[in-house]
Amino acid sequence: MSHGSTPDRTIGATGISRVEGEGSLRIQVHDNQVTDVALEIFEPPRYFEALLVGRHFSEAPDITARICGICPVAYQMTACAAMEDVCGVNVSDQISALRRLLYCGEWIQSHALHVYLLHAPDFLGCADAVELAERDRRTVERGLDLKRTGNLIMATVGGRAVHPVNVRVGGFYRAPDREAVAALAEPLRRARDAALATVSWVSGFDFPDVTGEYRFVALHDPDRYAIDRGRPRSSDGLDVAPAEFADLVREEHVARSTALHARLNGVGHYLTGPLARFALNAAALPPLAAEAASGAGLTAPCRNPFQSIVVRAVELVFACDEALRLVEGYEPPEPPAFEVRARAGVGTGVTEAPRGLLFHQYEIDDDGIIRRARIVPPTSQNQLTIEDDLRRVAQGGLSLDDHALQWRCEQAVRNHDPCISCAAHFLDLSVVRT
Amino acid sequence: MTVAPLTDSRPTLAVWKFASCDGCQLSLLDCEDELLTLAGAVRFAHFTEMSRSTIPGPYDVSLVEGSICTPEDAERIKDVRANSRYLVTIGACATAGGIQGLKNFAAAGAYAGAVYAHPEYLRTLESSTPIAEHVAVDYELRGCPIDRGQLLEVLLAFLAGRRPVIAGHSVCQECKGRGTVCLLVSEGTACLGPVTRAGCGALCPATGRGCFGCFGPCEGANTSALATQLRETGTDEFEVARLFHTFNAWAPAFRDQFETSAALAAATSGREVRRDDGVGR
Repeated sequence: MSHGSTPDRTIGATGISRVEGEGSLRIQVHDNQVTDVALEIFEPPRYFEALLVGRHFSEAPDITARICGICPVAYQMTACAAMEDVCGVNVSDQISALRRLLYCGEWIQSHALHVYLLHAPDFLGCADAVELAERDRRTVERGLDLKRTGNLIMATVGGRAVHPVNVRVGGFYRAPDREAVAALAEPLRRARDAALATVSWVSGFDFPDVTGEYRFVALHDPDRYAIDRGRPRSSDGLDVAPAEFADLVREEHVARSTALHARLNGVGHYLTGPLARFALNAAALPPLAAEAASGAGLTAPCRNPFQSIVVRAVELVFACDEALRLVEGYEPPEPPAFEVRARAGVGTGVTEAPRGLLFHQYEIDDDGIIRRARIVPPTSQNQLTIEDDLRRVAQGGLSLDDHALQWRCEQAVRNHDPCISCAAHFLDLSVVRT
Repeated sequence: MTVAPLTDSRPTLAVWKFASCDGCQLSLLDCEDELLTLAGAVRFAHFTEMSRSTIPGPYDVSLVEGSICTPEDAERIKDVRANSRYLVTIGACATAGGIQGLKNFAAAGAYAGAVYAHPEYLRTLESSTPIAEHVAVDYELRGCPIDRGQLLEVLLAFLAGRRPVIAGHSVCQECKGRGTVCLLVSEGTACLGPVTRAGCGALCPATGRGCFGCFGPCEGANTSALATQLRETGTDEFEVARLFHTFNAWAPAFRDQFETSAALAAATSGREVRRDDGVGR
């Protein structure tokens, strides 16, 4: 249905579904031009940066995990990295490897959740994965099996899947037994096959023809596809240490959102997450994941945000493959944790959460008490870029009726797997056509 | 409360989110083996994290995650209650105010000003309170996060019209059950196991760390006896206060012990415990 004869429209969704947390979307159309787009986040603020002040530095991993039930490991790993940076501790290779294995578990769990339960139903015209399962139960079961494997890694290494208990500043409370880690190999081989089948499945979806203009930002690690460490790099040449990056990021508080909007000082907004990682680090993908990407017709950079689901599937292959490599090479760290003595100073931690770059910065005193905390989640960094995408997708989709346009716009938000709980911090859509 | 069986062949289940991390509702999606079977037994009538479609109420069972932190949410929970035959709260935020409940102890306005440049844009309450402080609740399931096995037990119980069988005893019994040597007695490790509700399976002691109280106070929690024991094994009073001041800080038993220990720590050290700073030393 064309709306050319009624040029003014308002489209809105109050309560965007299939995202983590709660938000809304409002699009204003005047004279067949999208004039205003707002992704509004009303998730009640939970004030983590304030409640951390006065706490002991050793409490930061467990407290910040509670920012997000979907990616608690990202918060734990980033808090540990920041505290170890303040205190001048470098953990052993065995501890790093075990952390990376735990983080792979979270990537598998979170990506499988997003690809199968939150994002794929959009491409197939289903309200949710339950409806999808009525049509194709085996496919949904494959996704649930992948997700289960991610959770199994988290439970084996971290003690439990949501808010793991085994992580501490300096390493782990206890190194998992060799047998328990070895038992992950068989489910991981199945998961790796399921991830390859996922790439084939999602690469066959119909993708709206949209090309985004993105400034990509991702961590870069010369030795491997960056997850747990690296230097922030951008597609326009930025290459800085984590602390310098933290200095460059400016956050702005706007009335429509309890998530702060992040920009790079003097440069503007940017995108983190799977599209950014693939654009900047595709060369670091191991052969199996690189072949899966080329087999799916993906070349870096991928600038169609709807194809982020394919990139996420490729990252599933990578995470399963990498986890398997780590399982096969597992040496229980001895000791399981380094002793970390408090030292006054400021430290920065940066890692790649499943949905994008996450950084923490803390100032602590000589007694180990946190005096200042700054936490910048991926969704805060991506919010302005998501609004750009919405503008582009809404303008390109004006020939759609309001129902279809609303769905398309919701999908444009879900492309970036926003975690609104993390960013404050919510989704609801309204398109206003006047 | 008496629970009558749900007679509808496919009862409706709604999931509601208030201030929280999503981890407890994720526990429902984490039931990978049971999710599709469950979807055959109940209709997911409102579950925003999972589905675009919503069936209007009333609902047979509502699961509520999160605490009340805004005036809008204090009204919204009344609508949820009015539209639900049974209302079950899940997790530490919904049952005890959550980690964000720490602001209940802070000076008014201190937190918003510390995080946001324009606190005037925010419409929030000065407190983070459990759902039961606002509406009648039929069952409270504890944990930060909840245990998915316990969640399934609660759902099955309400579907079958019986009381959920969930233990109210302490984590200590779970340690005994799995044969974990007591860390508090054998190593003097500070552990909240004796006063914390069972449900996690005593995960922390099994990994060699003391319980940090995710599931909140057990029935009849004797926190003052534990505080005495902690002091005797060398835990200083600031640390005792801090142990009770996390995800279930606003649960009455933990709140009282925090107040007692914080006052004692201030008196004995001559240093003031700054409430707006958390528990510093």
